Formats: sequence, C-alpha cells, structure tokens
Amino acid sequence: MKVVKDLFYTEDHEWVKVDGDEAYIGLSDYAQNALGDIVYVDLPEVEDEFDKEEGFSAVESVKAAADIYMPVGGTILEINEDLFDNPELLNQDPYENWVVKIKVADKAELDELMTSEEYEKFLDEEV
Amino acid sequence: MYPYIPNTKDDEQRMLEAIGFNKIEDLFSDIPDNVKLNRDLDLKPSMSELEVANYITKLSKENTTINDLTCFLGAGAYDHYIPSIVGHITSRSEFYTSYTPYQAEISQGTLQYIFEYQSLICNLTGMDVANASLYDGGTAIAEAAFMASNVTRRQEIVISKTVNPQAREVLKTYAHLQGIKVIEVEDEGGVTNLEELQSHVTDKTAAVIVQSPNFFGIIEDIEAIEKVAHSQKRTLLIASVDPISLGILKTPASLGVDIVVGEGQALGIPLSFGGPYLGFIATKKSHMRKLPGRIVGETIDTEGKRAFVLTLQAREQHIRREKATSNICSNQGINTLAAAVYLVTLGKKGLREVALQATQKAHYAMNEITKSGKYKPLFDKPFFKEFAITSSADADEINSKLLEEKILGGYSLGKEYPQYKNGILYAVTEKRTKEEIDRLSSVLEGMI
Amino acid sequence: MRKYNELIFELSKPGRTAYRLPENDVENIAVEELIPAEYLNDDELNLPEVSEVDIIRHYTNLSDKNFGVDTGFYPLGSCTMKYNPKINEDMASLDGFKNIHPLQSEETVQGALKLMYELDKALCEIAGMDKMTLQPAAGAHGELTGLTLIKAYHENRGDTKRTKIIVPDSAHGTNPASAIMAGFDTIEIKSTKDGLVDIESLKAALSDEVAGLMLTNPNTLGLFEKDIKEIADLVHGCGGLLYYDGANANAILGQARPGDMGFDVVHFNIHKTFSTPHGGGGPGSGPVGVKKILLDFIPTPTVEKDGDRYYLDYDYPKSVGRMKDFYGHFGILVRAYTYILTMGRDGLKKASEMAVLNANYLGHRLKDHYNLQEDTIFKHEFVLAGLKDGLSEVTTLDVAKRLLDYGYHPPTVYFPLIVNEALMPEPTESESKETLDEFADALIKIAEEARENPEILKEAPHNTPVGRVNETQAARNPVLKYEG
Repeated sequence: MKVVKDLFYTEDHEWVKVDGDEAYIGLSDYAQNALGDIVYVDLPEVEDEFDKEEGFSAVESVKAAADIYMPVGGTILEINEDLFDNPELLNQDPYENWVVKIKVADKAELDELMTSEEYEKFLDEEV
Repeated sequence: MYPYIPNTKDDEQRMLEAIGFNKIEDLFSDIPDNVKLNRDLDLKPSMSELEVANYITKLSKENTTINDLTCFLGAGAYDHYIPSIVGHITSRSEFYTSYTPYQAEISQGTLQYIFEYQSLICNLTGMDVANASLYDGGTAIAEAAFMASNVTRRQEIVISKTVNPQAREVLKTYAHLQGIKVIEVEDEGGVTNLEELQSHVTDKTAAVIVQSPNFFGIIEDIEAIEKVAHSQKRTLLIASVDPISLGILKTPASLGVDIVVGEGQALGIPLSFGGPYLGFIATKKSHMRKLPGRIVGETIDTEGKRAFVLTLQAREQHIRREKATSNICSNQGINTLAAAVYLVTLGKKGLREVALQATQKAHYAMNEITKSGKYKPLFDKPFFKEFAITSSADADEINSKLLEEKILGGYSLGKEYPQYKNGILYAVTEKRTKEEIDRLSSVLEGMI
Repeated sequence: MRKYNELIFELSKPGRTAYRLPENDVENIAVEELIPAEYLNDDELNLPEVSEVDIIRHYTNLSDKNFGVDTGFYPLGSCTMKYNPKINEDMASLDGFKNIHPLQSEETVQGALKLMYELDKALCEIAGMDKMTLQPAAGAHGELTGLTLIKAYHENRGDTKRTKIIVPDSAHGTNPASAIMAGFDTIEIKSTKDGLVDIESLKAALSDEVAGLMLTNPNTLGLFEKDIKEIADLVHGCGGLLYYDGANANAILGQARPGDMGFDVVHFNIHKTFSTPHGGGGPGSGPVGVKKILLDFIPTPTVEKDGDRYYLDYDYPKSVGRMKDFYGHFGILVRAYTYILTMGRDGLKKASEMAVLNANYLGHRLKDHYNLQEDTIFKHEFVLAGLKDGLSEVTTLDVAKRLLDYGYHPPTVYFPLIVNEALMPEPTESESKETLDEFADALIKIAEEARENPEILKEAPHNTPVGRVNETQAARNPVLKYEG
C-alpha cells in the first residue's frame, strides 16, 4: 500500500494535507483498495461545519459503504466536484484526488494525527 | 409419509453413520435441557392433501365473495377486472419460487420484470426513479415521510385528513418511533383546507402529504397545494395517488410533486382480504439515493450484452446496516410482476379506457342514487371513481339491507369522520354494469 | 431461447392491443364535462402497445432466464429455500379467499377470520408465545413491529432512558437497520471465537439504558446459543426485553421454543419456515408473537373469538397502532396455514430434523475441501470460510459464480460479516441425499479447479443466460428505467 510522505493520517485511513490553517482531506490507498471500485461519493455542502470525528461524507462501492470522518474539526471550504461524475478518481489516484478542503478550527487537533511513518507502522501492525 | 421430505429411513441412517451419529436426537444435543421442548407440539397430527384441501376449502366457503355480491365497496381496495393473463404469468414457478435476485446471472427474468415495472411506474407518474416496491400504500406513505425527514433533516410532517385514515394511522405509528411530529389538516367540503395547511407549513416542515383522488374520491387541487408546500424552501410534497386515475389525470410530476406513492392493488392484484398488495414509490433523480428498498439497474455483462442487476445497494440494510435508508429487505416481488403485466396488457389505450369507464359509471351512479333527493351528495367537488352520499338513514343499516339484496355496499364514513355520520362512500369500477348500478339505486330508493 | 433480450417496450407497435373492455353501457359523457379540464392529462399515456401473444411469450422467455426452487437446488443460507407446496397456491386462490374485500362486514368473512384465528393459535404454540399479530408484511417488518412493542413497553412504564438495542456482530443486517428505524441506537457486541454471543461483552453492554437484545437462535453461523437462558436472565435482570429473530426457526420446530428460551417477542418468516413462496423477493409475511407483558401494546386489529363468532378486535387502548394497511398478507397466511395443517405436529418436527441432518451431512462432505468455520454440530445451516489451501486470488464469489455452471443456485456469500470469504449453505429438509451428494461433488470439483485452472472460476459463469454482470457500471451510471 502506498503511503505518501509529509501527509498526516488517521486510523480511519484518511489523509490530511495541511496548508496554513487550511487542509485537504482524502482517502488513503489502503482505504480505496479495501472498498474496491468506488461508485459514488456523497459530499457535504460548502460552509457545513463538522467536529473532529464527525462523519462528513460517505463513499460507496458496489458491495460496501464507508463514512469519512473529520480528522480535525472545521468548516468545508471546497468540495471536489469531479468526484460526482468520476468517483473512480479515488481508486485511480487517492492521493492526487482530495475529497474536501476545510478550514481547520483548532490547529492543536492536528497534533493528534499520525505521521506517514506512524501510519505505515499502524498498517503493518494493526491492519 | 411426508411428500415434501424426500429422504428415506435408509438415507437417514446412512447420513447419520457418515457423520458419526446414531440417532437424530444426537443432532439436537446442543440444545440444553432447560429450553428443550420435551413434549409434542399441541397441534393436530399431519394430514393428507385431500383432508387439508377439504378443510381449507370449507373455511373458504364460509366467506361471501365479490362473485356472490355486487361490489360497490372501495376505500383503498378495488374490484377492478384482472385480465386472465396476469394470473397465468404470475403462477409460473420460475418466477414465484425464486428469491431476491442476488445472483444476477440466473435471475435475469426477475431483474428484467422489476426494471420494466420501475419504468412503467415512472412513465405513469412522470417521475425519474421508482424502486422495486414497498409493502403497501400505507407503509409507502410512512417510508416517504421518513425519506423526506432524512432529505430535509426536519422532524415535522403535515398530512391532510383526506388521506386514507388507515395510512395515516400507519404513518403515526412509524413517526412516533423517530420522534417525528405529525400534524393533521382538516378537510373543508371534502378537500384539504388550504388555509389551515398553509398555517402549518413552516421551516420545520419536512413534507406535506396529500392524496388525490383523496379518500372521498375527490380530485385535490394539487397545483394549489404544491404552492403551499413549496412556499417553504426544501419542504417536499408527497402525493399518494390511485394508479388507475393516472389513465386520465395529470401526472404528479407535472404538478410538482417530489415523491409519489400509492397503493398498487388496483393493478391486477386480487382483493385477498387486504393483502398482499403493492406499495409503490417514485421520486426525482436528485433524491434517488435516499429511496428505501431495492432498485434494479441496467448494465452489461462480460460480453457487452444488456443485463440487469440490483444496484445502489449501498443504501440498503445488508450493507449499510444501522445507516440504511430503511430496514426493508423484501419487495412485493410477484405482485410487482402482476402490476407490470396488468399495465402492459391494458397499455396506452386500455388504462385510459378503464379510467374513463370508471369515471362515467361512478358519475352515473351518483346521479341515479341522488336524483330523487332521498340521498344527497356529501360533497360538491370533482371526483374520479368514488363518491360520498348521505341520508337520514344509518349507514350500517343501509349496508345490512343491501347485503340481503346481494349488494356489497359502500364504506361507512362516520367512524373515521364523525362529522360525516351517515355518509357512505361508494366505489364504481369499470366492472359495474348499468343494470347493477340501477339495481343499487332502486334498492336504496326503496329503503327510505 | 437464451438469445431473447427484448424489453416489453421494444415490442410495442401502434395499434396493437391485449385488452378489450365491454362497451360502456351508461351514458357516454365527455370526460371534460365530468372533471375540470385543468385536472386532465392531455398527453397520451406512455405505455406500450402489445398483443396478448407478445406478452405471454415475453414473460415466458423471461421466466426461462430465472432459477427457482422448482428449477433446482437453492441452498441460500439464511433464506430457507424449501419447497413451496402446490396445494398452498391452490388454497390461496380459492374464490372464498382471493375475492373477499378487506372491509366487508365480519359476518361475511367468518371463514377468513377463523383461519387467521387458528393460525394465530398454531403459531403461538410453535413459538411458545401468548398472542400473535399477523399484520407484519415481512421479517424486517416483524422486527420493526417487535421493536415498536418494546419501545411502547418501556414508555408505558415511564422508562424513557432506554434508548439502546444490543445486536450481536453476527446478526442479520436488518436487525441494526430495524433498531435505528425504530428510533433506537445500537450496541454491537462481539461473538466468541466459537461463534456464540460473548457473555462478557454482553455484560459490559448491559445498563439501564438498554431497551432490549435482538438475537436469532440458532444464530447466523447455524449454531445454537446454548447459554440462552443465562443471556435472557442477564437482559431481563437489567430491565431489558429479548427479541427473537425467527429467520432461523426452521432448525428448531418442535424441539425448542423461543418463548421457553426467555424471549418476550418473536417474529416468524412465514416465507422461510412455513413454505410460502419467496416470489422473487416477496411478498413475505412476518407475524409477531408476544408474551402477556406486551399484549396491551399489540397492533390492532387482532382476531378474536366470541362463542362461535370471530371478530376483529380494536379494543387495545394502549396499542402501538397500525403497522400496515388491513390485517397482513392474508393470501400468504392461507398458504402457511395449509402447510402447518399438512405437516402437523409430527411433520414440522420431522422437517427440522431433516433440515438439520441435511446441513450436518453436507458440512461433513465439504470440510476436507473448504474451511468449515465451526467443526461441531450445527443446526440448519453452516458457514464455510473459503477454500482450503486455495489460491488467494480465487474468492468465494468465484466459487459461487462457478456453481452456476453446475446448475445450482449458490449459497449465501459474504455473510455473516464476521467470517472472511463466507459461503453459507442451507440445504433445508426438501433435498434428498442424492441432491446433497451431487452438490458436494460439484463443490469439491470446483475446489480442484481452483487449484488447477483458476481462470475457469474467475471467468465463470460460462453457460448462463448472461455472463458476469458489471455491477460497477450499474452503480456508477445508474440506468433505472427504460429511456427508449
């Protein structure tokens, strides 16, 4: 499974790319592989606010569905509208295709996320 | 001994030996003594087919049927003619002994008829998507209300009292479970009171639910209701419709309805003392993923050939479990086939003809019954195949006397609508003849 | 024949017809004079125009692309695909049942009410319960009804903090979905490594917020929950109630009763246990039985008897109300009662015995070739966890698709969720030793093929009306109706 350096990760297999007080959120390679062919991504609306660990989106494959949880609390700034018509982008390149861009509410919450090294270890040991 | 159990005594022994047991009881040794039933069930011993058939047939003869009587009873279940072909197709056991088409490659028959059924319901209602059906008209209303609550994230439903009282009861049972508030709007002269409706529609309203033709048979002014419902942003309009009426009436889609539901029994399904019937639900494409129940979609197989398959399953309980749009797991299967066969048998012209004849015969009946003045129309509004009349006589007494004359009289309105005590709702389908209607009116005439 | 690939809409030709009504014999008045024009549809209906011959051939050809119990062995675990006796169909079609209106006066439907009353009594005896409601339309609807009753019970006692339902991780998906629909939250508890309810997990989940526990026994692994009495005592001890999911009742008829195990409310899947057809997905029927403590809340109406007269009883002031229109799937109930009378107390017990023997025999035949999840006595079904020494690229789905080529409906796949690569056969009592042997031989052959020629599995099925269908395309670009 591919793990990209310099991103943060969660135990729910989301990645977070931090840019100042904004962040992109996506699904890890492990997550897209576990789901199989992704057929639909249910996206939130811009300006929706969510707490850390609150479900903000859902991805569906033919045989499974999974909620995506907020790695950190925040407000939705942008959604990746390409996913409406081409949900398979998440299968093709999960790190290039983000799901939402958020404004981080409390940057301290970022400290609780895993580094890429920690996530690799997590994948080896826990999964 | 048991025609449905093929293993012989010898088979039994050989199988037990193979798995290393002496007797059948050993296979139940995992059931602890404290719950084991150490006696025979208190039921009759097994019987031959002939004995069972005799007994059940005898029970059936203790009922008086719509073939013994002339039926003017409706109120949600209707005596429309069922073409012979419907029963012949639904009794093909390749259809009725199969299950939910999980294995698409050997279930194309079921999958395709469901796809055709969905298409027919969409064509009839004008909507974009229909599911593979729900239990009945009442639960379809309740499911639609849950769906609206889910879409809008609101907890109030406003429903007209001109919606079938049974369906409203089902809705209230369901709504209570999720803490959804149900507000009922009174009728005014047999139709939804628009002013009262408007007063209840707020930014908390998930949906407005109406029925047209309504429980009294009257065609509601959906255009006006639509304006009220949609006066609040995001509030949905749910309409319950009689599919036969769509042979002549405007489609719900053209009137701005967001979710269409209804009871499909009239589409080739026998009365059967109330079930099994068929609930249908259809909506706009934007709400497609919030629909409850099974949905069939078109796709291709490995060779690129057209094929059908259950789809959008991530909404459903077997995948989504506690996050499913509904717990529903079955559809009405063979009854959706009946409805599809009925609709294609009648086709473009036939459904219209059935609706037209029902309209004309119902209006003829209304005129005949009320012309002497002993019986009066309860309402003065445009109706389809049902109409309410009232008189000085008690409705139950009228019905008892009609029964003596082999007529199954109308539905007595007084219990559900105390303000219409003595009111009777008559249903007249295309099956009724002038002679039968004339006899009804003359027997009624002689009563008062 | 297999080439047939038309939709009914594609057969349409203007002017064709499959119906004929009698001439309208009342005065022909233009519809615009009866109904205001603004309500009328000016457009032609968008329905096909076909002849009766077109229709019968169309659907006969479609039926040829279907597999049912009457076609062959259908060991779909958890679904109890037993034989659907033909007499049941005949009885449900009798004029006296098929052609009665649900709102006729009680004196004209005494036979129907009597049948419902007697069925109620029979089901109560089989379940060990005190009263049934025949209203629920299906198993999942039975679950919703039962949970509605549990909710009413706690609310009536003013105990409003009981908002949680405990569900084992091996449960049917309908259980958590029904609990949520009934306005509860769910607590999922783990199974032990032997596949049973983990008592310690259960204890940890119990509190004064628990409304009840949903359980199926035997469970979805086909194992009897032998600690059921202890489980019941624990749940009752904390003030909760027990719900019995009757999906697996075919294993225990006349052997043990949910009521005696301590369950307070149960549903039966009439279309599983009592031989009524699955109908391509329905209609089912899911009567719910209750113990006396829940009787006050039962949906109305029930069927009661007064002397020789049967009647619909609406007099339950604390009733939860109505769960559906009218009185349930009456036509299905007629079939079920016909079956119960045919089988009788001895035949029902025999059915369970043979269902269990068949399952254990089949499991025994397969255990050298597939990973038997629990090598013990099971009840009416069992779970295989993939191929023994199978290649990792050959999945249970491939095995299932290959079974189609051998002329069988595959067992349930990928359920229960707690077993990897699950394949769950439920043979039922309707099958002979010969059928089971042939089926086992086919599965063993497939295991061989998986080692020697995995491609043949990967590309299966090879001789079905259509090849493996593209589910991904269907879900990504939903085409849900004919667009012409």
